[in-house]
Amino acid sequence: MSESIDYKLVGTSPVRPDGVDKVTGRAQYGADLNLPNQIHGKVLRSPHAHARIKRIDTSRATAMPGVYAVITGEDFPPPPEHGDVGGEAGGSIGDHARNIMARDKALYHGHAVAAVAARSLRIADEALAAIEVEYEVLEPVLDLDAAMAPGAPLLDENCFTKNLPEKSDKPSNIAEVMLLSRGDVDKGFEEADVIVEGEYRIPMAHQGYIEPHACIANTNEAGQSTVWCCTQAHFDFRAITAKVLNMNVADLKFIASEIGGGFGGKTVVYLEPLAVLLSRKARRPVKMKMTREEVFRATGPTSGTHCKIKVGAKKDGTLTAATAWMAYEAGAYAGAPMGPGALTVFVPYHLENFKVEGYEVLVNKPKVGAYRAPGAPQSMHAMESAIDDLARELNMDPLDLRLKNAAEEGTRASYGPKFPVIGLKECLRAAKAHPNYTRALPEGAGRGVAVGFWFNFGLQSSAEVHVNENGTVTVVEGNPDIGGSRASMCIMAAETLGVPYESVRTLIGDTESTGFSNSTGGSRTTFATGMAVVRACEDIIAQCRARAAVTWGIDEDQVLWVDGQAIPASGVNDELKPLSLADIAENAAKTGGPLLSRASLTAKGAGPSFSVNIADLQVDRDTGKIDVLAFTAIQDAGRAIHKAYVEGQLQGGAAQGLGWALNEEYIYNADGIMENAGFLDYRMPVASDLPMIDTQIVEVPNPRHPYGVRGVGETPIVAPLAAAANAVRDAIGIRIHDLPLSPPRVLAALDAAAD
Amino acid sequence: MNKIQVITSINHEEVEFLCEPQETLLDVLRDTLGRTGTKEGCATGDCGACSVLVDDRLVCSCLVLAAETGGREITTIEGIATEEGLHPIQQKFLDHAALQCGVCTPGLIIATKSLLDRHPDPDETTIRYWLAGNLCRCTGYDKIVRAVQDVARDLAGPA
Repeated sequence: MSESIDYKLVGTSPVRPDGVDKVTGRAQYGADLNLPNQIHGKVLRSPHAHARIKRIDTSRATAMPGVYAVITGEDFPPPPEHGDVGGEAGGSIGDHARNIMARDKALYHGHAVAAVAARSLRIADEALAAIEVEYEVLEPVLDLDAAMAPGAPLLDENCFTKNLPEKSDKPSNIAEVMLLSRGDVDKGFEEADVIVEGEYRIPMAHQGYIEPHACIANTNEAGQSTVWCCTQAHFDFRAITAKVLNMNVADLKFIASEIGGGFGGKTVVYLEPLAVLLSRKARRPVKMKMTREEVFRATGPTSGTHCKIKVGAKKDGTLTAATAWMAYEAGAYAGAPMGPGALTVFVPYHLENFKVEGYEVLVNKPKVGAYRAPGAPQSMHAMESAIDDLARELNMDPLDLRLKNAAEEGTRASYGPKFPVIGLKECLRAAKAHPNYTRALPEGAGRGVAVGFWFNFGLQSSAEVHVNENGTVTVVEGNPDIGGSRASMCIMAAETLGVPYESVRTLIGDTESTGFSNSTGGSRTTFATGMAVVRACEDIIAQCRARAAVTWGIDEDQVLWVDGQAIPASGVNDELKPLSLADIAENAAKTGGPLLSRASLTAKGAGPSFSVNIADLQVDRDTGKIDVLAFTAIQDAGRAIHKAYVEGQLQGGAAQGLGWALNEEYIYNADGIMENAGFLDYRMPVASDLPMIDTQIVEVPNPRHPYGVRGVGETPIVAPLAAAANAVRDAIGIRIHDLPLSPPRVLAALDAAAD
Repeated sequence: MNKIQVITSINHEEVEFLCEPQETLLDVLRDTLGRTGTKEGCATGDCGACSVLVDDRLVCSCLVLAAETGGREITTIEGIATEEGLHPIQQKFLDHAALQCGVCTPGLIIATKSLLDRHPDPDETTIRYWLAGNLCRCTGYDKIVRAVQDVARDLAGPA
């Protein structure tokens, strides 16, 4: 693909087609639908972080007036023994089944142990209170060190560490290890003139989407069920629900509502199988919605982590060796993003000698779920902090040090394959040239930079294109629109067909009305589903050329498609008047019937996306509070389809990353109960916490996508963690290794340095 | 349980409903009256997704008891657009791509209206503090603040 292509629509920022419904309150999100005769489902959750369930007596609840159904683990088929949940959600289907409803053990405070459906939420709450559960309370395992220690209480007596060089015969809380190495690290460190080391800890953090999980299931007497829910992945939800309930996929229809944020967290199934089962028992539609507290206590945060990094370099900045040791909390069941953490830790750099050791560890906390570039922010925070320390030791500009070692096309990535064309150096150079990098800082403020990365995924997508009788176009695809993707699909379809943006509408089909698509996740929607849309549009063009040929009575290869109309090839038939899409559509009855096309694919060639962030922070030395003075997010998008929504991804990821860096954390007491399960105490950034977030979109097109798209959604959250930590280091002269950089931690570091 | 009869006005239309004493205005708007444009994000007054105006005062409807709203004038997101079309705030949110998932948007539009009704020409800091009660997890607030600035500029008219 040539850089010089002049697009009409790609790279513009038109108003999204679903916009008016979203600013007027018409758009229907997960909890906005109500069905006639519906009743309300609620979940009874474990009050203990670790307990054996000895007995559950539901008889009193079942007998209460207005209670239509009560279920426990016994109402479910046995958890499937085989199969994994795909995508970024992680873990086995069996563990997801146990996470959805505890069977013999409750493994975290908030784990579902029973559910009821009742005429009103009030009655449902009273019914929950009437369920008697006898627990044998067990000692909880609440942090990585305790969980990995020999003799630690076990969450799962059948957990034997995967991927050990020699198979273990002793159960452990370490679910999996990963070892990666290349070259000779001992030799590499011998060659180093400077070596830096650091040890970094980050607690669990939540995706923090504003819309709590919600669904309605309507199951009939034949066992067929229709489920309306907020999800990033209605096809995946159908598959998992079918497996957890041992149902035929064909008996489940999933309709994705509008979705109020997900960030990975709504790729995980929690409520839907409960609602289907309750509805089957109650023979009524059952609506379920989580409270905010339930969202915090019982849905996937991302892993708390512990990383140790050692990096060596020559005087000129050339990296000679690096090692990383990392442990990721999985929560109650395996499926932590330790793998991607290990695979990304050294990814920006050309490195001959390295070793990575990763551990995935079970603890009595909620099972972690995908969160935007799962695993990468934690490990790359450690490495990018170490690189910053190294730049100081070497007295080098931190961007120059990165440029000297930056991976480029042909570099063998630390995760294995050689990089295709990538934009890391372009991003680093853009940062170096950015006025925000050289602007004078106020007294006492600090500036930090860091690199971010995500692989980006392809996976399966389907799309259909229908040409209406007046030449307008309907695109049908299967990826819930979480941040403006309908607009991107409309742009790509209109650009390909050569028609105005306004004449294309995109709708998200349910699982019975369009082809399978994997999740809106992995930064894959604009890339993979976009590719399917473009292919389907190309098929429409081929059909239009054939229809024009029939109309004109000439050969198909004598017809060209230019700027949205069929024209005769030059030199012959010049007298023929061009036929627009509308002309062909109006005449379709006479040339073969309605115009429609479809494409389905497993998208290959997702383009890795790098970013560079520049953070300017001010530290209040009396209180430890940090103010964000300026933030600059630079990222290679490949090609921005909808420019404003790409900027929005960079800005939103920056805000989430800054929240994680500065304030957000799961705080547990000694019994394993989260003490800040609400938005007041789990402190996400508000408008007054942030400045404008400057963006610069770098475009190094991905040759594997028709418009050069790489995918942009996840990379933006990666770099802010280290950029913030490095800015604080710059501001106060102290390296604070752990996150968040909350006032108490910063104040303690300042006090310790003053002593 | 005995229900309480309430007669109030929502978006300049008289509305009568029955509610239980513990039900919030948010519960009644969404579940009893079917006005689901007002969203629930936390039900504890921390996220602002349920923002409405009660007698022109910006409140979290999850913190107002429905039984207390008799005789008031309540403005919800459904009452912002008019027969002439979208309110300028709604249009600028669209023009600036100030929403991604859109679930916080109704609350932010209500909060913005309340801000501009009182401070037609706010500076950036004023905007950020007025909107600090409305969480948005998608946008990083940049485009929201710019949309509000743009509405204010238009309201001020040509300089």
